[in-house]
Amino acid sequence: MKILVAIKRVVDYNVKVRPLEDGSDVDLRNCKMSINPFCEIAVEQAVRLKEAGQASEVVVLSIGENKAVEQLRAAMAIGADRAIHVVCDSKLEPLAIAKCLQKLVDEEKPQLVILGKQSIDGDNNQVGQMLAGLCGMGQGTFASKLELGDSSVTVTREIDGGLETLELKLPALITTDLRLNEPRFAALPNIMKAKKKPLKSLTLDELGVDCTARSELLEVMTPPTRKAGIKVASVDELVDKLKNEAKVI
Amino acid sequence: MAVLIIAEHKNDKLNANIANVVQAASQLSDEIDVLVAGKQCQALAQQAALWASRAVLLADADHYEHQLAEELAPLLQSLAADYSHILCAAGTFGKNLLPRAAALADAPCLSDVCQIESAQIFVRPIYAGNALAKVRCAEACIFITLRSSSFDAAQAQDSTAPIRSIEASPAQNLSSFIGQELAESERPELAAARVVVSGGRGMGSAENFALSYELADQLNGAVGASRAAVDAGFAANDMQVGQTGKIVAPELYIAVGISGAIQHLAGMKDSKVIVAINKDEDAPIFQVADYGLVADLFDAVPELIEALKK
Repeated sequence: MKILVAIKRVVDYNVKVRPLEDGSDVDLRNCKMSINPFCEIAVEQAVRLKEAGQASEVVVLSIGENKAVEQLRAAMAIGADRAIHVVCDSKLEPLAIAKCLQKLVDEEKPQLVILGKQSIDGDNNQVGQMLAGLCGMGQGTFASKLELGDSSVTVTREIDGGLETLELKLPALITTDLRLNEPRFAALPNIMKAKKKPLKSLTLDELGVDCTARSELLEVMTPPTRKAGIKVASVDELVDKLKNEAKVI
Repeated sequence: MAVLIIAEHKNDKLNANIANVVQAASQLSDEIDVLVAGKQCQALAQQAALWASRAVLLADADHYEHQLAEELAPLLQSLAADYSHILCAAGTFGKNLLPRAAALADAPCLSDVCQIESAQIFVRPIYAGNALAKVRCAEACIFITLRSSSFDAAQAQDSTAPIRSIEASPAQNLSSFIGQELAESERPELAAARVVVSGGRGMGSAENFALSYELADQLNGAVGASRAAVDAGFAANDMQVGQTGKIVAPELYIAVGISGAIQHLAGMKDSKVIVAINKDEDAPIFQVADYGLVADLFDAVPELIEALKK
């Protein structure tokens, strides 16, 4: 069985970004970039399924600038077999990304597609669901556990209020939640090996997908900052402030 | 053009967030329809009739029983042409469903909208809430999930809107429901509570975490947790507050033993009043807290519980 994993190059999760002065976008100059944490979990899950003998090949793909190759290599160091890079310098909307991925799913015909539940830059949480819809696949979003059978996959999902278990016919699409697994650190020998694994490069034009923007980013703003608070010296003072100043208890 | 709200419901009850979604919808149009889809959900449609200004659309079918996205998305796709906006609260239900339906309808989808400036201009948080993006979208139909904590709760109407049965979309049978494990709780729901007490890694153990429950009970509040507390097994997953968990904006948020990582702040920094109790005076949580108490939580929290009992 072939597994396809889509990953995204994003700003590192520890970086606190700020809007640019002209408000045109966020300031990402000199920011450390990484694989989106949820995508890393997706790669780890695919590699574990391969290690368990349940998958024959793990293909990792990314749509983005030239430097996204770094993240594809990192995914191959975790254990993906080969990579596909769709070179694209502009920011695409989730629907356009899903349409591009649909082309690659049609071509590669994987039995399982795994994505992160959301990227920590756009915080959209859309691409997996859109891709599943376009491909006519069942979707197991926010997965915290999955068991792969011969013709189906059983997925436990994190939902508001608890957990839900679904069974999806294969081929199916999964999006990962934080608790699905703990991604491994790639060992140096694997990082070296990953440099020799096959990486195919494509352009957006070659995919032939209409990526016209459907919305326009007018402005990126700083969220309203909170007024500086005070430190209280004792529990009694705290209770007094909450009762008489803030009037919330 | 009219606006369609997807009613989120559990078994026999509408989710309370419909009041917030209606408030948001009223900023877009006077004509609000509410879609109720499920199995034998006539009673739910009656409840929804208090929220729709124009009509309740009732789609009743066996394959809607568990409201799976695979089954509901084609239904939304078939309705898209009649509406300028299709709205749902940005919980796991809405986030699971709306993007799929939007893709089928070839329509754009906006997530977690926290402000509506006009029928075409919306504001939504990006980068864990470190920035706000103002977006213009002029498409015929826009799918939107709404951050319910950013909108006030509308009042239910005195009168009921007419209920109109609509035809169900064909069954897709791509997925089937196996089971659910829902956390039983008599406390108020986290996303809608007036007071939230959250515990972090500093609680030390699942046993100690009980302190947060005691404090919450004194304040009739809900209990939340940081990711560290959830990962350490102190609290259940669905209690996580943050970028990847729940977004809350209660009147009072008490963070106990939580350092205040960016991802956690993303889930609570719109709370009206924030209290932090932490023994590390440099913890980032103090930068957003209105009232900070630098103290060992094992001394301060029991003392606070006692003080509140008085």
